[in-house]
Amino acid sequence: MYNSPYLRQNTSVRRVMVTVLVAMLPAIAMQVWLFGIGLLLQIAIASATALACEAAMLSLRHRPVARALGDGSALVTAWLIAVCLPPLLPWWMIVIGTSFAIVIGKHLYGGLGQNPFNPAMLAYCVLIISFPALMSQWPGLQGSDAATQLDWVLGGERALDAVTGATPLDALRTGLLGNADVAAVMQSPAFGHLAGAGWEWVALAWGAGGLLLLALRIITWHIPVAFLGAMALVSGVAWLIDPSHYASPAFHLLAGGTMLGAFFIATDPVSGATTPRGKLIFAACIALIAWLIRAFGAYPDGIAFAVLLLNICVPLIDIKTQPPVFGHKVEPPDGGAR
Amino acid sequence: MITALLVMAGLALVLGATLGAASVLFKTQGDPLVDKIDAILPQTQCGQCGYPGCKPYATAIAGGDADINQCPPGGDEGVRKLADLLGREYKPLNAEHGVEKPKSVAVIDEATCIGCTLCIQACPVDAIVGAAKQMHTIVGDLCTGCELCVPPCPADCIDMVPVTETVESWKWRYPVFELKVQPATLPAKEAA
Amino acid sequence: MLNKLFSFNGGVKPDPNKSASTREPIARLALPPQLVIPLHQHIGGTPRPLVTVGSTVLGGQRIGAPDGNVSSAVHAPTSGRVVAIEPRPMPHASGLSSPAVVIEPDGLDTAIEREPFDWHAAAPGEIRDFLRDAGVVGLGGAVFPSHLKLNPGKSGHTDTLVINGAECEPFITCDDMLMRTEPENILRGALIMQRMLAAKQVLVALEDNKPEAATALKAAARALGNASLEVVVVPTRYPAGGAKQLIRVLTGIEVPHGSRSTDFGVQCFNVATALAVWRALEHGEALTRRIVTVAGNVERPRNFDVAIGTPISHLFAAAGLKPDTDKLIMGGPMMGIPLPNIDAPVVKATNCLLASSPTLFAPPEPELPCIRCGECARACPADLQPFELYWHSRARNFGRAQEYKLFDCIECGCCAYVCPSHIPLVDYYRYAKSEIWARERDKDAADSARERFEFRNWRADREKEEKAAKLAARNAAKPAVKPADGPAPAADVAPAAAEDPKKALIEAAMARARAQKEAVAAKNTDALTPAQKAQIDAAEERRKRASELSGSDAPTE
Ligand code: SF4
Ligand code: SF4
Ligand code: SF4
Ligand code: SF4
Repeated sequence: MYNSPYLRQNTSVRRVMVTVLVAMLPAIAMQVWLFGIGLLLQIAIASATALACEAAMLSLRHRPVARALGDGSALVTAWLIAVCLPPLLPWWMIVIGTSFAIVIGKHLYGGLGQNPFNPAMLAYCVLIISFPALMSQWPGLQGSDAATQLDWVLGGERALDAVTGATPLDALRTGLLGNADVAAVMQSPAFGHLAGAGWEWVALAWGAGGLLLLALRIITWHIPVAFLGAMALVSGVAWLIDPSHYASPAFHLLAGGTMLGAFFIATDPVSGATTPRGKLIFAACIALIAWLIRAFGAYPDGIAFAVLLLNICVPLIDIKTQPPVFGHKVEPPDGGAR
Repeated sequence: MITALLVMAGLALVLGATLGAASVLFKTQGDPLVDKIDAILPQTQCGQCGYPGCKPYATAIAGGDADINQCPPGGDEGVRKLADLLGREYKPLNAEHGVEKPKSVAVIDEATCIGCTLCIQACPVDAIVGAAKQMHTIVGDLCTGCELCVPPCPADCIDMVPVTETVESWKWRYPVFELKVQPATLPAKEAA
Repeated sequence: MLNKLFSFNGGVKPDPNKSASTREPIARLALPPQLVIPLHQHIGGTPRPLVTVGSTVLGGQRIGAPDGNVSSAVHAPTSGRVVAIEPRPMPHASGLSSPAVVIEPDGLDTAIEREPFDWHAAAPGEIRDFLRDAGVVGLGGAVFPSHLKLNPGKSGHTDTLVINGAECEPFITCDDMLMRTEPENILRGALIMQRMLAAKQVLVALEDNKPEAATALKAAARALGNASLEVVVVPTRYPAGGAKQLIRVLTGIEVPHGSRSTDFGVQCFNVATALAVWRALEHGEALTRRIVTVAGNVERPRNFDVAIGTPISHLFAAAGLKPDTDKLIMGGPMMGIPLPNIDAPVVKATNCLLASSPTLFAPPEPELPCIRCGECARACPADLQPFELYWHSRARNFGRAQEYKLFDCIECGCCAYVCPSHIPLVDYYRYAKSEIWARERDKDAADSARERFEFRNWRADREKEEKAAKLAARNAAKPAVKPADGPAPAADVAPAAAEDPKKALIEAAMARARAQKEAVAAKNTDALTPAQKAQIDAAEERRKRASELSGSDAPTE
């Protein structure tokens, strides 16, 4: 028995999720090209782990396994985890991270649609708090051959120093701690024209994927615009005040996870704000906190922490930003929901 | 490490602030407890709870003299609401006081009514009209279905008739079919 | 004149599917062997039947009288004999029955003598009464009695009268065909309404996917040469034909739920209603026929001009119902209601009958959890947050659902149309709304019961007091013959003695009654099941306990 509307748009959760996966492809390709094929193996490991955990949890919770597995949400989480992690991380860390995301981050909260935290960011934070050293080793550009990379991901003996370097954000913070100024640090080989060498291209690829999502109406403009705008604004103000201690807005926009965060992480609908004004506040606050952590915190990149912090605030943001209902637009602005 | 601590501290702060704000925003206050309880009770005034009407039962609950699961007409939902209001544990209806039944109204078989007025005296809500030695009628809209008029009737002419659904009172069903129907809830229909 | 159109948020663009049923002109459908005319076809009170079983009726004769002013009359569409007045299955999602007058047409189609009504000279109040007695109600689907809406209210005038020909739902074309065939009379009806509402301008609006109707209306408007009347073509977007949305598009005014649009200087009627007003006033014709689109899984989709009361099966037979039809729908595919019974009659609200097949309207895929993607909020023309409404309705958290303005939802179905999780969102809203209404009914009943109960207790107390006072007065008047504690036993004895003769009387009456009952109803009251007996005993026991308790409680109060 079902009732009107009898017409349905041709859409599904699976379609949405697959579109997100497709939009991730340019950036994944770029990362593979720059840092080697270790990433592909990681994606495979993360995907397999995610699907296995999802299936196990679904059957434990007596839910139809096949239908929910097919929705593709576990794959999106897995891919996001894989692209956030340094490409040469040993496999067991990926397994730990992904299963944490799916089991604790998603299903213990009630599964798809119920999780208050972004599962991928939860995994990232758990890993970076537990294994800070491993998590900050990124390989240099074309620093090793494919066989070595795969061997490392699979847990082989590592001679990391030979091929890994710090990420640009890491280099910047270490440099600044050592009293060098920004301009000097930027001279080091880890940096390219604007941000880290190669990193600009990765960021642009994420941006391109994000524009695809926007064009296909999977996400709205609010979160990316507020995120990038706020990031540019705070970093720009700091940079204008003291360019020797604060990196330029261009650097902040293109370094680390800014683009990924703006288009793919903060836009996670389940754990994010839903009202238009709420989205603006949500994304701007993430960018602000991420910048604060980058500039003053102990971790090189703060997007993951910022996202989790704002995830907590989502219910409050949503309640306070309910848009006015048709015919009730002349009421006081916060009269929407209550 | 310091950042981790900071993050955790920040988390705690934000959470605390959220909860604080929520408790201020959603604070409720107002009428005294007895009225609040009475507002939940169905006002059938049947006395099945062991008190002569809903208000006395509400007073007894508020005073801690009665449990919250003694009102069959209020049913399971009523108990839940009371549990909610009073912050007590939900418990199933106490069968000693009767079971939940579909709502009925009393109908007097007007051919047999002898006009004794006993039912008028029994009716707690004045839903029966008629004078001595005249045929009585029950105003269906006012009858709460308390059944108090049934036993006193010497001619046994009062029947309880379940209220049937009409086009106007029909309700849309809950869209998702429950996975498992509890067999225990099914025979409730026959009880009437 | 109207230089700017506004727009509403949200909305969707489903495939209109309108061409199939507009190929052929409107066909007048032959009368069925039996007409089932429900008495309650509109918002408001149920009309009282004016005919009895066996009486003969003429076409246009009133068979149901309006019950108060918020009601409307019901008429016989043709001449014939009343064969029954009884509950019959309604075209309603419940499939339940409601009282209806069943008429067997005699085939002569004799019409009742029509009293001429000079509406040019009549006062607005008289015209309204006439329209009520002619059974004119809104034909767009809401079936609100039109005479109630044809009242400018306190201000005495209206800015804009909107005549709604937008007809935005897919498949439905009855208004489209009506506008093509009778544009002049629709506009004439609109001008009468304009006069009654003292409206400054009349905007006849239709969507831009009906060019033929637009041309016809524009030509008719030119012929009428009334400067305050304008035909406006609005962009096609579902639900542009919703009254609130159309008013917003034309005037920029948003009428909130629960207020009347006249308070904002606007009033809105369907094109078919305008035509019905014209026919009623100019020709004295009561509302007994309407245009119905029959479409979907049928061989010959078409519009039919049918007598109200015609069984729906009759229309589907005329259009050729295809065998793989799996369900029937009254209304369009976005807002229509399921029809459990094909023999239910066409009523004033029936604008469209759709046959569905699994290929035409595929059953939705299984429901997944809401991913809060916000698609529904972007599609909602009422600017609601449908997923919040869904969340609270599903959790039966009706208070919260109402805080999120559940009752501003117009049940247009846009949200469910776009939801990637295939959640039947509108079903949850319908459920929540009817549950809330039921609770309000229960609460009203409980409040009145409480009041009556308290009044009764107060009265009992007062009587007790009065009796005591009287007794005291009598005792005081008598000289003190007895000791001081005298009155108490006296008070006890008196009622008992008084009861004795009463008891005897009752016994006698009972005996009579029993004999009578056995004779009349042959109903054996002694054959109670043990369970029933136990119940009665229990009730008595309870009552005893209860009254004891109340007695012992009394002093403490
Ligand atoms: S059992 Fe009867 S009298 Fe007691 S609270 Fe319930 S409805 Fe009222
Ligand atoms: S009519 Fe009978 S059943 Fe109805 S309220 Fe009165 S006493 Fe109770
Ligand atoms: S469209 Fe469906 S899944 Fe998306 S927010 Fe609305 S209800 Fe949830
Ligand atoms: S059905 Fe209600 S909630 Fe859904 S889109 Fe229409 S008005 Fe909005």
